[in-house]
Amino acid sequence: MIKTFFSKLSALWSRIKHVLTHNFIFNIADNKWVFFSVIKIKATNKKRQSLIGLSFIFIWIVGYLIFALYPIFNSLYLSFFKVKLDGAALQMTFQGINNFKAAFLYDPYFVEILVGYILEIVMNVPITIVFALIIALLINQPIKGKGIWRTIFFLPVIIISGPVIAELMRQGATTLPSIREYDIIRLILNNVNPSVGTPIQELFDRILLVLWFAGIQILIFLAGLQKIDREIYEASMVDGAGPWASFWKITLPSIKPLISVSIIYTVVSMSVFSLNEVIIYIRNVMLGESTDALINGYGYSAALSWLYFIVMVLIILIFVGLLNVRRRSRS
Amino acid sequence: MKKFFRTIKEIIQLTFKKDFTHAGIKVKRLFMGVRFTDGLIYKFLIYALLLSFGYVYLYPVLYMLTNSFMTMEDIIDAGVRWIPTKLNFENYRLVLVELNYFKSLLDAIYLAASPAISATVSSAIIGYGFARFNFPLKKLLFVLMLMTFIVPPQITMLPMFRMFSQYKLLGSIKAFVYPAILGQGLNGALFILIFYQFFRMIPKSLDESAQLDGATPFKVFTRIYIPLAIPSIIIVFLFSFVWYYNETYLSGLYLRGSTLLSLPLKLEQYINNYTSIYPEGSQARELMQAVKLAGNVLTLLPLLILYFFTQKRFVESIDRTGITGE
Repeated sequence: MIKTFFSKLSALWSRIKHVLTHNFIFNIADNKWVFFSVIKIKATNKKRQSLIGLSFIFIWIVGYLIFALYPIFNSLYLSFFKVKLDGAALQMTFQGINNFKAAFLYDPYFVEILVGYILEIVMNVPITIVFALIIALLINQPIKGKGIWRTIFFLPVIIISGPVIAELMRQGATTLPSIREYDIIRLILNNVNPSVGTPIQELFDRILLVLWFAGIQILIFLAGLQKIDREIYEASMVDGAGPWASFWKITLPSIKPLISVSIIYTVVSMSVFSLNEVIIYIRNVMLGESTDALINGYGYSAALSWLYFIVMVLIILIFVGLLNVRRRSRS
Repeated sequence: MKKFFRTIKEIIQLTFKKDFTHAGIKVKRLFMGVRFTDGLIYKFLIYALLLSFGYVYLYPVLYMLTNSFMTMEDIIDAGVRWIPTKLNFENYRLVLVELNYFKSLLDAIYLAASPAISATVSSAIIGYGFARFNFPLKKLLFVLMLMTFIVPPQITMLPMFRMFSQYKLLGSIKAFVYPAILGQGLNGALFILIFYQFFRMIPKSLDESAQLDGATPFKVFTRIYIPLAIPSIIIVFLFSFVWYYNETYLSGLYLRGSTLLSLPLKLEQYINNYTSIYPEGSQARELMQAVKLAGNVLTLLPLLILYFFTQKRFVESIDRTGITGE
C-alpha cells in the first residue's frame, strides 16, 4: 500500500523533473545548460558543485536578507527620521543627526545609563575572563570528579534568565553574605575615595552574577588547555621550569587567541542580557513609554540602538587590541 | 591513596629509628612533592579553591531551593538561615495553582521547542552547504554569517517588530519560528559554526563513493551525513531549546498581550501582580519572597532535569565548535 504510493510519487516527481529541465526556458542537453535556447552554459563539475552548495545555503541567504541585512539598514535609515505612528501608516520627517544629538544633549537618562554600562563592562569582562581561566586551570589539574566540577560550573548557562536573576537580585541572593563581613574589605572601602570605593563595593555585591557569566568561557579555555601538547611541559620541566614559569611561558601564550574569543563572547552576552539597563531603556523608548516627544518613538530608539552597537564594538576592539599590543611588545 | 599511607608508614618507622634527617626529607616530600605540583599542599590548595568557587557558584541555587520551602516565620526568623524548621509545600502549591503550572509548562515547552527544532534543521543544512561545497563569495558569506553573532538584537528588533506587525505575526510563535527556519534564530551563527566544523571533519571520499553509486547530493546529505551528525544535532537542539526557554527580552516584545507566554515571563507577570497588591513592608509581602522563589524553582525545574540527564552533551559542545583550532 505505502510502497505503491511511494512508487507513484517518485514517478510523478521524475515527470515533474523532466518538465522542469526540458522546456524552452531552461533545457539540459549534453552537459549544457541552455536558457531560452540562446544562452548556453557548459556544466562543468565545478559549476555544478557551486550550484549545489549555493542551494544548500540558499535559506541562509534569504534569511540574512530578510532578518539581518534589511533590519540593520532599515534601523539605520530610521535613525535619521522622526517617526510618528499615524494609524497603521508611518509619518516620517527627516531630522538629520538630531536624534543622535538629542541622545547626548537632551535625554536626561541615556548618557547616564550608557556610562554605567561601559563602566560595568570594562570592570566585569577582565574579572570574568580571569576567573574563567583560573577555574579552567583548576579543573584541568589531575583531580577527582572532573565531570562533577564541570557540571557545577556550567550550570549557570542553563538557568540564567532575566526574571529569575532579577528575583534573586531583589532578595540579595546574588551577594555572598560573608563577603561584607570580612573586615579587611570594609577597612579598604572605608579608607578610599568614595568615587573609587562605590564601584568596588558594587562589584563585591555583584561578583556572583559576574561569575555566572563565565560558564561558556570556562569550557572554551578548558578545550584549549586540553589541546596543548603535554610534551612541551615535560621538556620545560627538564629545563628546570616550575609550574609558575610554565604557566606564563607555555599555557598563556598558547591559549591567547581563545582569550579574544572569550572577550567577544563575554561582551556580547553581557550586552544582550535582558536585565541590561540600556536595552531595557531602548525598548521602552521604542514602545513610547516616555511622554517627552523629542526622546520618544521609533526613530529615536533606532538611533539609540545604533549608538549602543557602536559602543559595544568599540569596547570589543579596545579589549582585543590591548591584548594584541601586549603580545607584540613582548615578542 | 595507597602510596600516601605507605609514605606515612615509612615516616613513622624512620622516626622510631631516630633517623630524623631522612624522616624530615620524607615529610617535606609528602607536603611539597618533588616539584611542588605533586605535593599535598598543592592538592589541598586546588581542592580548597574548587570548593570555594563551587560554593560561590551554587550559592544562589541553594538559597533558592532552601528558602522556597520556608514558612513566613522561618523567613522572618534570623536564626533560620539554611534549613527550614519544617518542610512546607504551601509555597509550591500556591504557585502550581496560580501559574496554572502544567499548562504553562506545556506552552513554554512548545514555545521553546518549535524554534529550536527549526533552528537545528536549518543550521544543519546551512552548515553542510558551507562545509562541503565551494562557491563564489563563500568566504565573504561566511564572515557575514559570523558577524551576525555580534549584532545586538536591539538593532534589528525595531524593523522586525514592524515587519511582524505588518504581516500579523505578532503574538504568535511564527515570529520566532520564521527567523529560526531561515538560520537567523537566537545565536544562529554559533549553531551553523558547530555543524560547519563537524561536516568539515568527515573525509570527502565517503560521499564520492555514494555519488558513484548514483546518489543525489540531497540523498547523500540525508542518508549519510545526518545519521553521522546526530551528536551535533542533539547538542544544537539542547542549546537552542535552553536559550529560547530563557529568552525574555524579545518574547516580551513580540508576544506582548498574547496568552502564549514563556514560563519566565509568566512568572514575572505573576510576581508583579502580587507585589502591587500588598504594601511595602507588610507581612504578606515577606511571605511572597518564599512564594516567588518557589516560582523560580518551578520555572527552572524542567531545565535542571534536562541538564541533569544531558550535561555531558552540553559540556562537550565547545569542542565541537572548533574555535580551539584543530
